[in-house]
Amino acid sequence: MAELKVTAIREGTVIDHIPAGKGLKVIEILRLNRPNGGVLLLASNVHSGKLGRKDIVKIEGKFLSEEEVNKIALIAPTATVNIVRDYKVAEKFKVEIPDEITGILRCANPNCVSNHEYTVSKFYVVSREPLKVRCHYCERTMEEEEILRNL
Amino acid sequence: MDWKGRDVISVRDFSKEDIEFVLKVAERLETELNEKGALDYARGKILATLFFEPSTRTRLSFESAMHRLGGSVIGFSSASSTSVKKGESLADTIKTVEQYSDVIVIRHSMEGAARLAAEVADIPVINAGDGSNQHPTQTLLDLYTIKRAFGRIDGLTIGLLGDLKYGRTVHSLAEALAFYDVELYLISPELLRMPKHIIEELQEKGVRIHETTDLEGTIPELDVLYVTRIQRERFPDEQEYLKVKGSYQVNCSVLKNAKETLKVMHPLPRVDEIHPEVDRTEHALYFRQVFSGVPVRMALLGLTLGVLEGV
Repeated sequence: MAELKVTAIREGTVIDHIPAGKGLKVIEILRLNRPNGGVLLLASNVHSGKLGRKDIVKIEGKFLSEEEVNKIALIAPTATVNIVRDYKVAEKFKVEIPDEITGILRCANPNCVSNHEYTVSKFYVVSREPLKVRCHYCERTMEEEEILRNL
Repeated sequence: MDWKGRDVISVRDFSKEDIEFVLKVAERLETELNEKGALDYARGKILATLFFEPSTRTRLSFESAMHRLGGSVIGFSSASSTSVKKGESLADTIKTVEQYSDVIVIRHSMEGAARLAAEVADIPVINAGDGSNQHPTQTLLDLYTIKRAFGRIDGLTIGLLGDLKYGRTVHSLAEALAFYDVELYLISPELLRMPKHIIEELQEKGVRIHETTDLEGTIPELDVLYVTRIQRERFPDEQEYLKVKGSYQVNCSVLKNAKETLKVMHPLPRVDEIHPEVDRTEHALYFRQVFSGVPVRMALLGLTLGVLEGV
């Protein structure tokens, strides 16, 4: 039997199949690094049959909203989300990139008004594969590398 | 088509029907203006022109359009004389100015500024240029000029020449032309090629595109040659500017192989990219293009103010 490296949680969310090395970024964009009373566990570089290596994030006592789940898709499109109740997986789903991304991404254009005035950033997804988004304000298109740098 | 209260921010927000409708209203207003001299559709209405970045031509064109509609104008022509200098946010400036006016025209150096202004204002906002992003009223007047000169846009072969990398007028014009059955020649120095994402977008919409550096070889193909200035102020790097400065000059010798009906357009101001000798030829359409700004902007002001019903 494989050694259990990360404690099971009673109630909460497990985000599995995160590409190795992206777990911390998931925690950051979901703002899970703020004290919220629950336990937060990160397993990094875990063996995965599907991905080779993967990260896993477990959040005790928190159930992610659909919007929160979809944010994960921007950096970890392979991720799966498991809702755990009473130590059992009650729901399981794959993340999906939303049509609009608000509030989590900064525009890469230094002259975009969203980087100078008070606004909530907003992007439209132009293409999912490869990932391309267009800024609602300056209309500039950002590709995957720029998106990751500006999350 | 209900335009009352609508913002005019980006060519991307328009459908072909929207464009055709504005062009039609502009044409009617031009005829009416020729017949009556002055109109009074916008009597009692006030336009605020907020030019955070100077642009005399565009500002005067909007002011002329509003006066010709019978309305009046307030505004400023540079940010240095406003509370922006005291640190006021753009949103606050807009919320203040909308208390004094019925429609706002904004020119700003930051991309997306007009979109933000439209979000905070309850009155219509018209974008008169936001950084290197959009200048939708220029695009509409360009289309209007082409339509007036040829009676159609479909079926034309159009060359866009000069700074296709930073030039917002050619970006917006190309996007708008994608609604029509046109063939586009993109003529520029290698360093100033049209951004890849715009070309891809145009190709997806079925526009036939040819990229070239060769102006003289391309001229015989064209119905319209749209010339742009290589704008020093848009270059992040002066060295890059110096490499391409003065790459092309349209003069009578260049035009000798052109179709007799070729029309040369330019959003102006020009520096040395069109020789003044071209002004005297039948090819020159750029001053007529300047005039087109008035009926097109009259149409946009009147429609967004909701005073043009029945026109």
